[in-house]
Amino acid sequence: MDTLRLSPPSSPARTGVWIGIATITLSFAAYTSAMIVRQGSGADWQHVVLPRILYFNTVLLLASSATLEVGRRRLEVDWALEAIEGRAGAFSSPGVVWLWATMVLGLLFIAGQVIAWRSLAAHGLFLASNPASDFFYVFTALHALHLLGGVTALGYVLVRLRAAGAGAPRTALGAASLYWHFMDVLWLYLLLVLTTRL
Amino acid sequence: MSDTPAPPAARRRETVEKVSALKHKPPTGFLRTHVFSLDHKVIGKQYLDLALVAVLTGMVLSWLMRFHLAYPDVAIPGLGRLAPTRGAGGVMTPELYLSLMTMHGTIMVFFVLTTAPFAGFGNFVLPIQVGAEDMAFPRFNMMSFWVTCVAFLVLLAAFFVPDGPPLSGWTAYAPLSAIGKDAGPGQGGGQTLWALSIAIFCVGQLLGSLNFIATTLDLRARGMSLMRMPYSTWAWFITSVIGLIAFSVLLPACILLILDRVAGTSFFVPAGLVVSDRLQPHSGGSPLLWQHLFWFFGHPEVYIAILPGFGIVSHILPVFARKPLLGPKVAVGCMAAIGFLSYTVWGHHMFLSGMNPLSATLFSVPTLIITIPATIMVLLWIGTIYGSRLRFTTASLFCLGFVSVFVSGGISGFFLAQPSIDTYLHGTYFVVGHFHFVMGVAAMFGIFAGTYFWFPKMYGRMMNETLGKIHFTLTLIGVYATFMPMHYLGLAGNVRRYSAFTDDYMKGSQPLHRFITMAALFTGAVQLIFLVNLVWSRLRGAKAPDNPWQATSLEWSVPSPPPFDNFGGKHPVVAHGPDEYGGTGPEGDFVMQAAPALAPGRTA
Repeated sequence: MDTLRLSPPSSPARTGVWIGIATITLSFAAYTSAMIVRQGSGADWQHVVLPRILYFNTVLLLASSATLEVGRRRLEVDWALEAIEGRAGAFSSPGVVWLWATMVLGLLFIAGQVIAWRSLAAHGLFLASNPASDFFYVFTALHALHLLGGVTALGYVLVRLRAAGAGAPRTALGAASLYWHFMDVLWLYLLLVLTTRL
Repeated sequence: MSDTPAPPAARRRETVEKVSALKHKPPTGFLRTHVFSLDHKVIGKQYLDLALVAVLTGMVLSWLMRFHLAYPDVAIPGLGRLAPTRGAGGVMTPELYLSLMTMHGTIMVFFVLTTAPFAGFGNFVLPIQVGAEDMAFPRFNMMSFWVTCVAFLVLLAAFFVPDGPPLSGWTAYAPLSAIGKDAGPGQGGGQTLWALSIAIFCVGQLLGSLNFIATTLDLRARGMSLMRMPYSTWAWFITSVIGLIAFSVLLPACILLILDRVAGTSFFVPAGLVVSDRLQPHSGGSPLLWQHLFWFFGHPEVYIAILPGFGIVSHILPVFARKPLLGPKVAVGCMAAIGFLSYTVWGHHMFLSGMNPLSATLFSVPTLIITIPATIMVLLWIGTIYGSRLRFTTASLFCLGFVSVFVSGGISGFFLAQPSIDTYLHGTYFVVGHFHFVMGVAAMFGIFAGTYFWFPKMYGRMMNETLGKIHFTLTLIGVYATFMPMHYLGLAGNVRRYSAFTDDYMKGSQPLHRFITMAALFTGAVQLIFLVNLVWSRLRGAKAPDNPWQATSLEWSVPSPPPFDNFGGKHPVVAHGPDEYGGTGPEGDFVMQAAPALAPGRTA
């Protein structure tokens, strides 16, 4: 063996996540075009000042991607070593802790989004208050829902890691990481749209 | 790990084979075998059964409408009891007529023309045709069906809310669809259920498309290169790509519509709108936004309905003509071109929306261009059967019927593609005749062809050919008698979406409407022959051999019906294209795709 492959294996799961990414991208493109049309259609557009906590949340989400990548790489190394040395028995790797940290950061991000919604509501801005707040809630809520999907996928990987003898969930972890990183990219895009257009 | 890494494709296949062998064991319980099955073959049949229930429902609705159009004053027995307020005494109100129209269109487009040719046959046949033992994600596949089933039930629930089903048509134009009860009966709970149902349906079809694409890309057997895939698989693959894009946009549209209806937002409702003497509590929305989002989905949806038919016909005609399809690469290219172009033409549904004449031209040109690949496909089919000794089976007859009605309906499309002519024809029966031919009946003929062709593989029994041929002949006569006169009605200015034409200038069209109603009832009655054939053959039909049609694709190299994992634990190796007909092979004038490669110098 000359090189250790740390990249996730290609698999239908990975293809599936790429297709899912295409789907989500398209649906957010539809929402964005709806927003642009809506901005031009009525004279009732009111500028919304974004809650500051959104920027803090952004840092949390970016950090979660970093911890995920650290965890995934450690797990890949440990799986490779395990295969070479033929070790059996319960699997333990510090990578698992990093995955837990990722999940916690992801959930903290969603909690932060809830705080953002509450601070808008405290200013009297609800879903139907004005078109800008409509889109703020729609964008952030849908992103949070999709991120919860990522949390579920990581949870599935962690359960598989605990189950003895099920084989290393390399493809599942690879697919879940790809999806998680996409959630970052999607959030950065949404933040850009929200700061420039709202 | 070896020193020389395997090429990516081979490595991927090894992973897939290992994973599938681990995961895929036949289920034992009744629920897992027949209800919540992960087997693509069971799911395909479930989709087809759902489509059958839906098509019967939609057909009964059309009979009620047609009866009322022909005899507006005659009571329909039982209608008064079914719809006490809007059908009092058995005579339907215009609102009830519009409700039935909405439900007919929605049920037929979503739950018949999308589920049967794409999800139904695609699920059953595609994995076997590419040499896989199941779809890439069997759990998603099962969810896809049950989510679709829930969507259907939610839609049917609209019949049982106090106000009845919505009356905004299958296109649900805003603001009519977005403002609630004030807009009319059925626009309250009924319309909300409609939007919810379509949103759920989108989720189901997205899961289905995901599976089709991943399966085609990742689970093909060794030797099954893209150009060796049967045309039907190509069509389902292209359709799933179209579906993925289309439903990704319709889902957001439905979510925004639901928010407008239940959360008081104003995405689609303009300011200052007074309906039923009430100022609507909305501001600044854009009704045109709904039309754009809807038709960005809606036009590709037409191709979601018809492309599987293209694939089925391209797959079946060579089998019975005993010669390869003319221009295989051209056929695939045309289907892909149609898929791409389908996203550039949605505005031709909106010529009357007040759009800039320049943008109307912009949508008109690709609409005319898309007829080129469609026409090439027709020429390829005709060229394939030209000079061949076509075997006249029910399946091949329905393929010929498909070509016939597709051409008949397609030609009227040339007229409608031009904004100036469409301005006159858009609101008339010309459009009704056009789309019923080109996407309704043509897709139905594709479904019939697929049913008669794959039934032996699905149930291990043959369908009755005599009954099938009678069914085909009478149906062909019936649909032409029903939809051809609608073009003349439209040219004469007979508007659509009206419940009766009794007291104005359209009175003269009444005799023709009566004729159409007779033809529609006749066509519907003829379908009883199909139903009897379907049920009888399922129970008592002659035992089907593995390959009754001497076809080449992989599904005909496995038993009828196929075992749980399709290939009995073996992984087929493909050495031939799908169209090896007309030469000499070990079993006759054809070579199976999975047959061993011939010695060099010999050809099939």
